[in-house]
Order: sequence, then structure tokens, then C-alpha cells
Amino acid sequence: MNAPEGHSLLLDRGNLKRRRRVSATVGGASTVAALLAVGVLVVVVGSVLLKGLGALSLHFLTTPTALFGESGGGISNAIVGSGIMVGLAALMAIPVGLLVAIYTTEFASPRTAHPIRFVLDVLNGVPTIITGIFVYGLLVAGKHQSGFAASVALAIVMLPIVARTAQEVLSLVPATLKEAAHALGIAPWRATVRVTLPTAAGGLLTGALLAVARVAGETAPLILLSSIFAPGVLTEPGEALASIPIFIFQASESPSPEAHTQAWAAALILIAFVLLLNIVARAFYARSRKRMGA
Amino acid sequence: MEAGALKNPVLRARRNRADRIGDPLLRGLSGLAAAIVVLVIVGIVYEVVDLSSPAISKFGVGFVTTNDWNPVTETFGAAPFLYGTVVTSAIALLFAAPLSIAISIYLTELAPPRLRRPVATLVDMLAAIPTVILGLWGILVLGPFMHDTIEPALRSVLGFLPIFSGDPSAFGYLTAALILTIMVTPIITSVTREVFETVPGDLKEGSYALGATRWEMIRQVVLPYSRAGIVGATILGLGRAIGEAIAVAQVIGGATGIDVSLFHTGGTLAAQIASQFQGAPGELFKSSLAYLGLILLVFAVLVNVVARVIVQRGSLKDVDVTPTEAEAL
Repeated sequence: MNAPEGHSLLLDRGNLKRRRRVSATVGGASTVAALLAVGVLVVVVGSVLLKGLGALSLHFLTTPTALFGESGGGISNAIVGSGIMVGLAALMAIPVGLLVAIYTTEFASPRTAHPIRFVLDVLNGVPTIITGIFVYGLLVAGKHQSGFAASVALAIVMLPIVARTAQEVLSLVPATLKEAAHALGIAPWRATVRVTLPTAAGGLLTGALLAVARVAGETAPLILLSSIFAPGVLTEPGEALASIPIFIFQASESPSPEAHTQAWAAALILIAFVLLLNIVARAFYARSRKRMGA
Repeated sequence: MEAGALKNPVLRARRNRADRIGDPLLRGLSGLAAAIVVLVIVGIVYEVVDLSSPAISKFGVGFVTTNDWNPVTETFGAAPFLYGTVVTSAIALLFAAPLSIAISIYLTELAPPRLRRPVATLVDMLAAIPTVILGLWGILVLGPFMHDTIEPALRSVLGFLPIFSGDPSAFGYLTAALILTIMVTPIITSVTREVFETVPGDLKEGSYALGATRWEMIRQVVLPYSRAGIVGATILGLGRAIGEAIAVAQVIGGATGIDVSLFHTGGTLAAQIASQFQGAPGELFKSSLAYLGLILLVFAVLVNVVARVIVQRGSLKDVDVTPTEAEAL
């Protein structure tokens, strides 16, 4: 804080009217900025709703993508593929992320916990396209694309989100609860599994749901790892699988208006799923915080 | 019931055996998980360097300044994409940083208490929109609007500047920068808002008591107190902007040269990888794309580390800047 400036405030500079006007102008500008942000959200979600709703039908949801040059078709293969890849990624990332959080909050000394937190932050900052290159070099180079490779990349994107949220939630668990458990003579691992984790369950679920919401729309690594696939509904993770983000990406690059309409409809499905997960996650988090008295 | 079970010697013995395994098992498993995180980051660096090594040995450090991307003669350089990355991210931050500060001021100082949470949640939701959908919106809604309205207007007023010269185009640096602005604003806002909330109430009240107007209080108390947080948040936003591949690939147009006009098409490091890697003709082409990735990785890690150091040095250790999604819940 600037001492001389603050001091000058003591003296009435005699232009209170101008000062008030400046203050009101800045206030108005801030309000406009907030309105602008909300407005952009409304316009983007509105565009998706408006243009996607018309193309949405049961047929669209239950039919695989049409072959090149044919019209019609839907996104059933993309829905199934996304479900498999995101599901596999969650199966890998959630247990590992949770264990990392348990390690840093329950076992590690501050001297080791801090660097691990730092590495998680750095991992969170790695662009997802780079994660894609990494998994490409690891699993795809010299072989072929696969849904499994894509789910590994998605798991790497999820990992820091799950772990950091879980760390935060676990550190909110009241120490008195753990101490009570220890005082009863329960082995430490039981105290963690039976007391700490259940108390934090709501918040842990939040982190998991947010991570799923985040990778459900992740596109960059999928382009490198699972973008060229056979027609029809595929379920074998050893093969490249279709996905909703890749469908939107490819349709958005196409010049045909029909593809654009389909892209909007797929975007509507994706955005509804992602926003719904976000809202559910927030509800769980609020409940969990209340339960822990935080 | 548990205590009753313990009286049974058989159950008790079994339980002790479980405990003897359980404690080291949980410790070992969680330690292994932590090791996996470290391995992943090391693996990422190793793999990206490994994939780009043919291009590194062919072009060396000169790659960074070579303004050429020609698959026919197999001369590749990063300059056009570095330029595109810097220009689009800089413009995005130029818009997003003041916007985020203003939104945070509104959310912490101006908004009626009943509106604060809902508006903050809506701004956060903007960050949850998948970038491929923002890109789709950019191609079909924002792009045509830029071409028909914004760019002609800019040209007629500021056309004497080279950056606003040339024919309007739906795709290009400016459209990409605006999409990045939309992506980055909620991320910066969530951190700045949290930093603003940590400003002690007595400092603010002291300022008001000295006769300051609301803006004077903000300028003389809130902003100086939050300086480190604001800078850190902006740099975090920068990290996000330079790394975005998909939305930018969709709207920047994919040119492989440097164009002074912001209306015109270009490319960024991340977008070039996203759009070319899959169909890359030849090893050197792919390796050069990985080299672009290596440059991007170095930048992204540097930016993130710097942002965190700045935020933490500003004695704001309790402000967590990481999982943007989880913040502000």
C-alpha cells in the first residue's frame, strides 16, 4: 500500500463529485464485465440448444455415424466409444489419484508432500496435446491407434484433478475424528479406510465427477490416439473407437451444412452431460462441506 | 458390535493379521501411486524429446527461428507457430485480464450478496464448456460475425495500422484470440476472485473511514494487496492459452506463415500439432511436430512454475490456484 497516496486521502481535495463519478463508472464497468461473461455463456449454450435441438432425435442417438458420402446417421457409436474410453480412464485415474492424496495427507512428511503437490500442479499445466504425444510415443507409434491408448491419455489428464481435489477434501476432515479413531486403538489403515474416507466421501465424489466432466469433452489427445475407426458400433478398446468430441471436431471441419447440424446436436448432448455433472458435483460438495462442518 | 467381535479370539487374530498387512499395504500402494505421478511427468519429457530427436539433430536450435514450413523441401521451422502462439495468447490476455479483474470486483465488492454465488457459478460454467464446442461455435457463429461486422468496422477505423489491414476473414489470429479470451477469462477470474476475498476487511474499512470512494478503496487497498495473485492468475491463464490445441485449430485457419494482419489465417504450436500430426507425411514431418510440442512443453511448464512461485511469494499460500474446476464450489 502506498503510504503517501493513502495520506493524501485525509485532505479533502474538493472534487468529491468527480471522485464519486469515477467510482460509479468503474462500478458500472465491472457490472458490464460480469454481464458480458454471463452473456457469452448464454449465447454459446443458446446457440447449441437452438441449432442442436432440431437435429436431435431418437434415430440420431441410436444409429451409428453414416459412411462417407451417405446422409443420415447418428452418434450411437460415438456415445458408446466415449463411454468406454472415459470409463476406462476413470477406472485408472480415480484409484491412483485417491491413493496419491492419501499418501500426501496421511503418510508423507511435509518435505515429500510438497514436491508431489508441485509435480501434480505441473502435470495439470501440461497441455493435453502434449499428453497425446506422450501416449502416442508410448503405445501407438509403430502400432495402431486404440481406445485404450486414448483412455490412458484421458486418465493422465484426470489424475491431477482427482488428486488435488482429494488432497483438499482429505485435509478438511476434522483431526478430532482421526484422533478419536486412533484413541480407540484402531490400526491406522482402518482409521483411514473406515473413518477418513467415508467422512470425505462427498468431496471425493465431487473431484471424480469434475474430472470425468473435464475429460468427456477432451479432444486433443483423441485426435492422435483414436480418430480413425471402422464404421459401426465398436466396443473393443484394443481398436480405435469413435467418440463424441471427435465427431464434433470432424463434423465442424466439414463444409456440409448437414454435418454442421449434426455437430450441433452432438454438442448439445455433450454440453448437457458436462454441465449436469458439474451441477451434481457442486451439490455433493456443498453437502459434504456441511457434514464436515467446514 | 465391533467390540463384541473382538472378544472372539479367532476374529481377533484374523483382524490383527489384516492389520499387519493392511498398514504397510496402504502405505506401499499410496507411495506407489505418488511414484506413478512422478514417472508420468518424467515419461512425458522423455517421450517428447525422443520423438523429436530426428528433427533436433537435423535442424538444431535454428528450428526455433526458421520461418518456413515446407513438406516438399522438408524444411521445417517453429517461427510461424511461435509467432501465432504469442500473438493470440497476448491478445487473449489483453482482453481477459482486465475483464477478470472487473468481474472479480463485481463479485466481491458490488454484487448484491444474493447474486454473488449464482453469478460466480455461471462464470465457472463457462470454463466447463468443452473447447471443441467453443471451436464449433467459433467456426459457425463467431467467425462469420467477425468477417461481416467486427473486422470491417476495425478496418474502417484503424485500417491505417498494419495489424488491422487486409481483407476480413472468418478465420485468423483475431478470431482465435477471442475464443481463447472466452476460455481463459473464467480461469483467471476464479483465482483473482479468491485473492480479492482474502483482503482483510479492516484494511478496506480503514480506507472507507479515511473518506475513500469505492473505486479509491479498490485501487489503494484491494489491487495492491492482490497484486501477486493477479499476476499469478494471469500467467496461469497464459499457460492455458498457449496450450489450447483444438479450439484454436478450428478457427485459426491453419496457415504456415507469418501474417502481420490479425484478420488473416495463421497457426499456433498446439494447433499445428493437433491438425497435422495424424496425417503427417513422413518421419521428419512428424518429428518436427513433436519438436513444436517440446517447445510448447517447455513454455507451459515454465509458465506454470512461475505463476505458482509468484502467487506463493505473495504470501497467499492458502489461496489454491490449481484445480480450476474444483474452486469456488
